[in-house]
Amino acid sequence: MTAEMAGSQVFIEIVYLIASVLFILSLKWMSSPTTARHGIWAGEVGMLLAICGTLLHHGIVDYRLIAIALVLGTIIGVPLGRVAMTAVPQRTALSHAFGALCVTLVGSAEFYLRSPDISRFMMSVLSVEVILGGLTFTGSLMAAGKLQEILPQRPLTYRGQNLVNFLLLAVAIGIAVFLVLHPGSRNLFPFMILIALAFGVLLIIPIGGADMPTVISLLNSYAGLSAAAMGFVLDSKLLIIAGALDGSSGMILSIIMSKAMNRSFTNVLFGAFGQVQASAAKTEERVVRSATAEEAAAILTAASKVIVVPGYGMAVAQAQHKVRELYDALTKRGVDVRFAIHPVAGRMPGHMNVLLAEADIPYDRLVEMDEINGDFPQTDVALVIGANDVTNPAARTDSSSPIYGMPILDVDRAHTVMVIKRSMNPGFAGIDNPLYYLDNTLMLFGDAKAFVGSIVRELAGGHG
Amino acid sequence: MASSSNLLNALFIFVLAGFIGFEVIRRVSPLLHTPLMSLTNALDAIAVVGAIVLVGEHKSQLSVVLGFIAVVAATSNIVGGFLITDRMLRMFKSSRPTTKS
Repeated sequence: MTAEMAGSQVFIEIVYLIASVLFILSLKWMSSPTTARHGIWAGEVGMLLAICGTLLHHGIVDYRLIAIALVLGTIIGVPLGRVAMTAVPQRTALSHAFGALCVTLVGSAEFYLRSPDISRFMMSVLSVEVILGGLTFTGSLMAAGKLQEILPQRPLTYRGQNLVNFLLLAVAIGIAVFLVLHPGSRNLFPFMILIALAFGVLLIIPIGGADMPTVISLLNSYAGLSAAAMGFVLDSKLLIIAGALDGSSGMILSIIMSKAMNRSFTNVLFGAFGQVQASAAKTEERVVRSATAEEAAAILTAASKVIVVPGYGMAVAQAQHKVRELYDALTKRGVDVRFAIHPVAGRMPGHMNVLLAEADIPYDRLVEMDEINGDFPQTDVALVIGANDVTNPAARTDSSSPIYGMPILDVDRAHTVMVIKRSMNPGFAGIDNPLYYLDNTLMLFGDAKAFVGSIVRELAGGHG
Repeated sequence: MASSSNLLNALFIFVLAGFIGFEVIRRVSPLLHTPLMSLTNALDAIAVVGAIVLVGEHKSQLSVVLGFIAVVAATSNIVGGFLITDRMLRMFKSSRPTTKS
């Protein structure tokens, strides 16, 4: 009997080993768009194997509830997999929340099953698991709410905010230390979780929309690390591996995003973002040149090299399909059109790429910042659609600017810059953009989708 | 409960898997950062195995309730995560030779 049990346990472990290998392969295949779909395959097979292996676990006596939960999860999951591409950032934040919720609940259940018989090390990782899980849960919900615009996107800051946050975290850690020493204090455990939940909310309150790419990456990393901690608690190698992979993935993305916003790594780790409060730019009257769709179309037709710079404004206006029409019209006339993608353009890493791919723009036309920046001086027209801070030349020249030092797309070096913008109101961060007052800049005032649409009409009219 | 050698093993695995993660994910094209995130999210939902055992073992009322919600949350991540990643990746197309002049 025991030999048989040990046998099935070994079998399950081998299944988990195969699943781990498949997970790693899955991420490896994500390195290129040509192999990426194999990656999904590997991931799905690994997941299926792991779940089936788990169902063989000898301690399981009740399958009915498991089946109901799996079905319910699928019913919720399918619509979440079918959201519009523009809703992907909030969907991603929501799924971080779900992942963290799972980890926190399992951690809490394990605590009450095992308390008071918990070793110090075990209680330490269990505390890490539920604190990290709890703050990721509420933090991700807040992020999803801001992205869905249920919650105000403006950063909410107040005096002593960081102090309050750090004090809260300190109290949670204090409770954790007490629990490590006295794992029988079952009444204290809920307070630790409540504080972690509150901390998650307060952590995201000061975050503005422009910081979302970094925040989502960071929450991704936290979700992974909390899952890895759960792996320690359950002594599950598979979970440790999956959590470590997810944690490092989120960490790498956070680092890339923070570099692209010129913030230090420690700044990201401790989540002290959103501090850049707009130094209310005193705008003296400066001359801005504007142009109509007709004029813009004429300039674009005369160009041989065009670089389009998309930003969050393009996503908000849902202009990507019109942009695709513009791309088609210009390409047909022999104009070389490429897209310059800033790492933090949009609300999550890679946001612009997904939107443009959705509009059927070939991915080899989407070029990263470092690769395309040298080409702007030889570019006839840089067309900025709904991007602001990532094109602000003050980041290069004005050391008093809040975004000084941030790597930007050097659109101002193109022969002509055209900026589609609703009005002269400063962008989200409230930072004035000197780009708009340059001699080679033309402002195209209007809604991104409507304006690109009228340029396309002008192009078609001129042609036929 | 895990012994200290088990914990050491777990630490080894964690550190090595972290290194593999860093090396593998460093090579992911920035083009695919959004699908990467939704994929790792789905993989991370492997936490469902812990929740399944909690529900199945039926050790206490509380553990069944918490485990049940956890299974639902994780499963929705698995299903939704793989679905949307697949949808996104299907959209990434290379330009046909004719569009390159």
